Amino acid sequence: MSEVRRRFRHLISIDELSKEDILYILKKAEEFEPIARGEKKSRILEGKILANLFFEPSTRTRMSFESAMKRLGGDVLNMTAQEASSIAKGETLADTIRVVGNYVDVIVLRYPLEGAAKFAAENSSVPVINAGDGAGQHPSQTLLDLYTIKKESKLDGSKIALMGDLKYSRTVHSLIKALTYFDTEIYLISPQILRLPEEFLEGLNGKIYEAELDEVIEEIDVLYVTRIQKERFPDEEEYRRVAGSYVINSDTLKRVKSGFIVMHPLPRVNEISSSVDISGHARYFEQSFYGVPVRMAILSEVLDEVDT
Amino acid sequence: MKTDMNKIEKDCEDGIKKETNKHLIISKIKDGTVIDHITSGMAILVLKILGIGVNTREAVSMAMNVPSSKMGKKDIVKVEGKFISEDELNKIALIAPQATINLIENFKITKKFEVSPPKVVERIISCPNRNCISNSREPISSRFNIYLEDNKVIAKCDYCGKKISNIEKFI
Repeated sequence: MSEVRRRFRHLISIDELSKEDILYILKKAEEFEPIARGEKKSRILEGKILANLFFEPSTRTRMSFESAMKRLGGDVLNMTAQEASSIAKGETLADTIRVVGNYVDVIVLRYPLEGAAKFAAENSSVPVINAGDGAGQHPSQTLLDLYTIKKESKLDGSKIALMGDLKYSRTVHSLIKALTYFDTEIYLISPQILRLPEEFLEGLNGKIYEAELDEVIEEIDVLYVTRIQKERFPDEEEYRRVAGSYVINSDTLKRVKSGFIVMHPLPRVNEISSSVDISGHARYFEQSFYGVPVRMAILSEVLDEVDT
Repeated sequence: MKTDMNKIEKDCEDGIKKETNKHLIISKIKDGTVIDHITSGMAILVLKILGIGVNTREAVSMAMNVPSSKMGKKDIVKVEGKFISEDELNKIALIAPQATINLIENFKITKKFEVSPPKVVERIISCPNRNCISNSREPISSRFNIYLEDNKVIAKCDYCGKKISNIEKFI
């Protein structure tokens, strides 16, 4: 056991982390990167078990937590969305958490209701990591986004545009808050119907502006594109009306500055053309890889194993 | 007319509570809690916040829309034979921040104070976000963090983060 103080027991919301906490996790993630790539071996979480409780579908979040845990020598129990839905019919989340907490050392939870992870943590004997609660928070995604910006561009002194579904995207909501810890200029680009709700800007002191992509494409360092999510729309007609209205292709890239990068939490649908993949500006596949070292850093923190 | 209105309010505050036409509005209490200067129309919600309902045994009297020189109109609630705790009473500040409390013993005011909003309230406010876990079938009570913003009382759901300023609509 390390003597280093544990910075958090559960990871529920990015709001609970200070700038120092964030920088600490990013630094730890960098140290874990060779292990995440399989270049170096580690057994620091040997004997520890993680439970993936996903009450909504997920591929990359679930798998990257699993990869992170296994590469650190730990083991994983998966509850599939199908099993989760059958449990949800008869058992409360509170009971599920209490039961699963007896089997494992850490729980990763995705649940469709906002505030579910916080409630789960209140009922859990083991650490809970929020992997998305409805339109609420997804802090490990935010941390890996920050890590990607730090590695592939820069956090301080950068101009970052967030584009697409800014209304329903929990990824964007958490990321804006976290970016204001750093010296960044943030541009919000979205169809009128998917503008960022005002409440997400309250209390934030950053330089945040609404813009059109055309106005800022030549000066931004990072373009963070989000999928226009069908499942967040009240009706299909509204979805169809705006889907595909914001697309990045090789034409878009003609005016970008050197070092410009494109990020996306994935999966993408049509919003980034495959021609961007080979442009030298795409970083979304690196971004999805960075989920592994960042989640290693989170797991080692909540499981109080900080020595690599 | 102005004089008559002031007289009515003075009578109310003195606990005598008689209109000029001698009709009794609200009776004086021997022991218990008087909640005065309640925002007009909020007395029923005050009773709800304090858990006063059909099973309450104490004598409770309530006056609504009583003339007030300070507030124009106000409500008053009196609970006979019960000294409600300060923590409970402070919850009233959620909907009636100007309310004043008089604790009465043997017809005399033994303590007088103004309510101030608590930092956290549980079970009183229902979260308007239908996707909030606090509205699910889980064994959970609503919990709101309370703070002032531009002199207005704001409640923020501790679970989903939903902010509300018109708190009275969600009690």
